Amino acid sequence: MSDVFERVKRIVVDRLGADEAEVTLEASFKDDLGADSLDVVELVMELEDEFDLEISDEDAEKITTVGEVVNYIQSHT
Amino acid sequence: MKHRVVITGMGAVTSLGKDLNTFWDNLMAGKSGVSLIEAFDVSEYPTRIAASVKDFNPEDYMDRKEARKMDRFVQFAVAAGSMALKDSGIEIGTNTDAERIGVSIGSGIGGLGTWEDQHNILLEKGPKRVSPFFIPMMIANMASGQMSIMFGAKGPNTTPVTACATGSHSIGDSFRLIQRGDADVMICGGAEATIRPTGMAGFCSMRAMSTRNDEPEKASRPFDVDRDGFVMGEGAGILVLESLEHAQARGARIYAEVIGYGLSGDAHHMTEPDPDGAARCMKMAIRDAGIKPEEIDYINAHGTSTPVGDRSETLAVKKSLGDHAYKVAVSSTKSMTGHLLGAAGGVEAVICGLALTRGVIPPTINLDNQDPECDLDYVPNKPRPADIKIAMSNSFGFGGHNATIILKKYDA
Repeated sequence: MSDVFERVKRIVVDRLGADEAEVTLEASFKDDLGADSLDVVELVMELEDEFDLEISDEDAEKITTVGEVVNYIQSHT
Repeated sequence: MKHRVVITGMGAVTSLGKDLNTFWDNLMAGKSGVSLIEAFDVSEYPTRIAASVKDFNPEDYMDRKEARKMDRFVQFAVAAGSMALKDSGIEIGTNTDAERIGVSIGSGIGGLGTWEDQHNILLEKGPKRVSPFFIPMMIANMASGQMSIMFGAKGPNTTPVTACATGSHSIGDSFRLIQRGDADVMICGGAEATIRPTGMAGFCSMRAMSTRNDEPEKASRPFDVDRDGFVMGEGAGILVLESLEHAQARGARIYAEVIGYGLSGDAHHMTEPDPDGAARCMKMAIRDAGIKPEEIDYINAHGTSTPVGDRSETLAVKKSLGDHAYKVAVSSTKSMTGHLLGAAGGVEAVICGLALTRGVIPPTINLDNQDPECDLDYVPNKPRPADIKIAMSNSFGFGGHNATIILKKYDA
């Protein structure tokens, strides 16, 4: 859990220019971390590379918070 | 009624400096910004030199998150554009109505570096790994787009793409927009960042660039008999143009007035210039300014240091100015800055603005043996103090695009 969260956090901080403290499990990509639709697409690509998995567009659309990403990755890897 | 248009702010990022004073001091010192390319391995390239902007940190001008979504040419535009805005004292929403300030920052090529990077990703990793920011980062109009977004400029927003004439078209078109009342203020000029493998390889294959790799600082030598092509530069030159009424109402410092704009097409060849086209362009600008050719004190030449181009421009100056061609001071500052392609007109308008304000004509350096077919006064090697009143700047681009702007010292 913590390992996945730390890796996601690192990517979010790098891609979205967010402060580490802002990247909590509850944080919403769009509302709290300032991501627009293109940021989210790019983030999904990064996560796919980092965790070597494929996230379908349908699944990607349902993910809105950091915690949801962490859960998704844990149940798909 | 036509509005008078003045320059109230300027900014430049070039190989010769990232602020106006450093830039001007280097021009006055006759310094060359050309050096060996270090950004990538150039061992297989016939030309291995360029006038690169050194130690450019985009985060000096914008935050990291914004910088990541901008091609280098947009970063240059934002850097020079924010410098020009600050220099002008314009504050959108305070002394300037957001809907009355526009942007026209052109680029000859656009985000070539972004294109290269993403094409490499496409080949290596496949189409699903191409960035969603590839297109918006690469398109040539994004400097104008990003400037308006960053500063909230809601007036006219556009982008000429006319190769090496781009910067001058941006300024000329902005001059017209203000003249006819479509905007009070325009942020305009050009930005370019093409010192990249494909950019260098393409111009190398055209045999357009100097191969004087062992003497980089002597490679750009317009009008010299030993010139062997242009040297690629990069950066941005941005001006704030403003209607005289608007500038006066807010007590702005005025550098110079824009009084004339000419433009024409050669209708001749993709890359070879036709002197008649350039001459028509200069004549149109002179007519537009309502001046006599004899009133022009200084011409900042397109003067790229190619064998054909410099000869053609010399002929064009004679065709448009008659006998006065032999009396006017003509210099090519590309001898120092290299050729910034779509940004050249922007940078050279900044130089003309400074020359009018500071009363010194910048030199053509490396002019050791003047080409007999280039027989004008090119202000060789040393700056020349002169109380110039009217300066003309030429830009010519592949495709036969010509643009000329005329600036006048401002008399209150």
